[in-house]
Amino acid sequence: MSHVASTTSTTNYLNHHKGIMSWVYTLDHKRIGIMYFVTVMTMFLIGGIFALGIRLHLAKFGAEAFITADTYNKFMTYHGAIMVFMVIVPGIPAFLGNFFLPIQIGAKDVAFPRLNLASYYLFLIGMAISLTSLFYNKVDTGWTFYTPYSTLSTSNGVIFLVLGVFVMGFSSILTGLNFFVTTHKMRAPGMGMDKIPLFVWALYSTAIIQILATPVLAITLFLLIAEKTLGVGIFDPALGGDPVLFQHFFWFYSHPAVYIMILPAMGIISELITTFSKKTIFGYRAIAYSSVAIAAVSFLVWGHHMFVSGQSTLAGVIFSFITMLVGVPTAIKLFNWIATMHKGTVSFESPMLFALGFMFLFTIGGLTGVFLAASGLDIHFHDTYFVVAHFHYVMVGGTLMALMGGIFYWFPKMFGKNISDTLGRYSWVFIFTGFNVTFFPQFILGQFGMPRRYFDYLPEYTSLNQISTVGSWLIGIGFLIGLYAVIKGLVSGTQAADNPWGGKTLEWQTSSPPPHENFDKTPVITAGPYDYR
Amino acid sequence: MTTASKSEKKFHHAHHFDSAEHQYSSSKQGIWLFLCTEILMFGGLFVGYLIYHSLYPEVFHQGSHMLNKTLGAFNTVVLLFSSLTMALAISYVQTGKRKAATWAMLVTILCACTFMVVKYFEYAHKFHDGLLPGRYFTNLELAEVKNAAMFFSFYFVMTGLHGVHVVVGAALIFWVMIKNIRGNVGPEYFTPVEGVGLFWHVVDLVWIYLFPLLYLVG
Repeated sequence: MSHVASTTSTTNYLNHHKGIMSWVYTLDHKRIGIMYFVTVMTMFLIGGIFALGIRLHLAKFGAEAFITADTYNKFMTYHGAIMVFMVIVPGIPAFLGNFFLPIQIGAKDVAFPRLNLASYYLFLIGMAISLTSLFYNKVDTGWTFYTPYSTLSTSNGVIFLVLGVFVMGFSSILTGLNFFVTTHKMRAPGMGMDKIPLFVWALYSTAIIQILATPVLAITLFLLIAEKTLGVGIFDPALGGDPVLFQHFFWFYSHPAVYIMILPAMGIISELITTFSKKTIFGYRAIAYSSVAIAAVSFLVWGHHMFVSGQSTLAGVIFSFITMLVGVPTAIKLFNWIATMHKGTVSFESPMLFALGFMFLFTIGGLTGVFLAASGLDIHFHDTYFVVAHFHYVMVGGTLMALMGGIFYWFPKMFGKNISDTLGRYSWVFIFTGFNVTFFPQFILGQFGMPRRYFDYLPEYTSLNQISTVGSWLIGIGFLIGLYAVIKGLVSGTQAADNPWGGKTLEWQTSSPPPHENFDKTPVITAGPYDYR
Repeated sequence: MTTASKSEKKFHHAHHFDSAEHQYSSSKQGIWLFLCTEILMFGGLFVGYLIYHSLYPEVFHQGSHMLNKTLGAFNTVVLLFSSLTMALAISYVQTGKRKAATWAMLVTILCACTFMVVKYFEYAHKFHDGLLPGRYFTNLELAEVKNAAMFFSFYFVMTGLHGVHVVVGAALIFWVMIKNIRGNVGPEYFTPVEGVGLFWHVVDLVWIYLFPLLYLVG
């Protein structure tokens, strides 16, 4: 790749403007990315506390083990809603994507910087509205807000939670729109679509889903609020409506949303694998197009959430078949990553450990997904802990592993300081081990028939549940070590080199931290993104 | 010299774009994408409409007879005319006819207001007759028809959401009208006017589907 780089410049995006107001009004995509980082991680902490509460409760068999059944339902709801809408959906795109998408394509900023800041504030407002329900009238519907429970329950908190998610949805739409246009219009001279880094391809595919799917969530939640406040009856059987329609609408968004959560993570893994193998990525086109393929197929599989909802058997069979198709582009990615490592000069710094952790855990998550896609098997597994384990393997073992890898990988670039690799490894050991200890037993529990969402269980499930709870503490410790590493790096990290990992993509060709406009001189691209040999 | 540099500065593209043309094409793509999201959002409602229409054709048949076709047709003409004036406004801005553009936008806003006033009378009449959505439905004329309220659920949700778009559209047109009066848009830079115009056409387009589906389908 080409050239730029001069470490001599002393002003960077962090000291280009000073004072708190320069952050509040900033239009710089890098600063907005950092603001998302802080916000999302705060929410992650809160969502994590709810998760630990759930596990602590389930450590002991018996109804009133730790919290009451009602409180348990609320913990479960807020854990889900916070983690999905406030952590995993915005986590990678709005934080790392915001920071690195423009730099990786050699742009000075995203296409619409003002809109970018607006979507951050929309996110904050949505978050505030959602969390109001915590202090007003706690919700216990689960994060899916299924009717008729959500409309019939006397709790009005669900209106706030749903309205907040509605607003955050617009934040997500606008971010996606911004990234789509940025990818199309802001690329540096010479950077064709066949030369953009794979992280950008992943974010681009994500943006397509955000633009096309999120409006459907908006209208669904709009109808839910109308149902709750005006009693329109569209989802109410008493008035001729159909609650299953809500499920269709909801999953028409929420299944593609799963790929909003995982595609950017796959993008990070592509970057990590090639950098730490010191080898040109194997099958650039295959990985790039498989992202788009996953985005496309994601719109046709929502019915697999509804195998037991009463939809027609034919629909079930079709959804079952299309769902298994998702495995194809996903496997293409995995095999290409493995082929990239083959005969590469692989080194095992903490970001690479997270990448390998991703590949291991995501494979388990993905393959158990095929179990659930088979509609016959799903009748057995539906609403058991098998499902819980499956999507945690994908969402935590996949997305959060990649997010951690991304943080350790790009930390020196973002803040111009080194982050402790040793702490990164400890963090990885605890998260990886703890994760398997927590969630692998849940596959077994699910297979034995322990239903999900329940606040209690039969005595024979006790030991596996206790193992799972101990694992959740290990995960907690792992993330706390990660947090400590970040704080320590910020406070006392040594000056980072411009390209500590020997990366080839554009962000490594500029200074650490990058200057206000990312590059001193707009780069001109002459070669592919991973030009190792 | 000073005026030249002033107008140059006024229409200067943002720092991260290469040229005004680059900025224009990016903004245009963004606006079109936004319009896609609008279509998808209304799309959900149209899908819901189709499902319930096929489940309860009688409800939609009877329900549509309770709407005032004359007022609906009048509003359709008003909105279509406003789309014309908005298109004219864009063309006037592009050709530097500032005054004509201001008038065209003003007429567009007045059309939007007319639409909303007519809508207000229609709504008031429905409220009076107890033709309300879902559980608040109290009309006796349709008491024989099972689930008759469903039609009015769709009627109010769809036209309500559309009405919100009309109000937002009118506010946006007002915003670009002020820009136009102040000379902040012109032949060199007309992106906001064009964007708002495109949005207005989508608002119009949605109504063109709503009118037959709700008023004429019976």
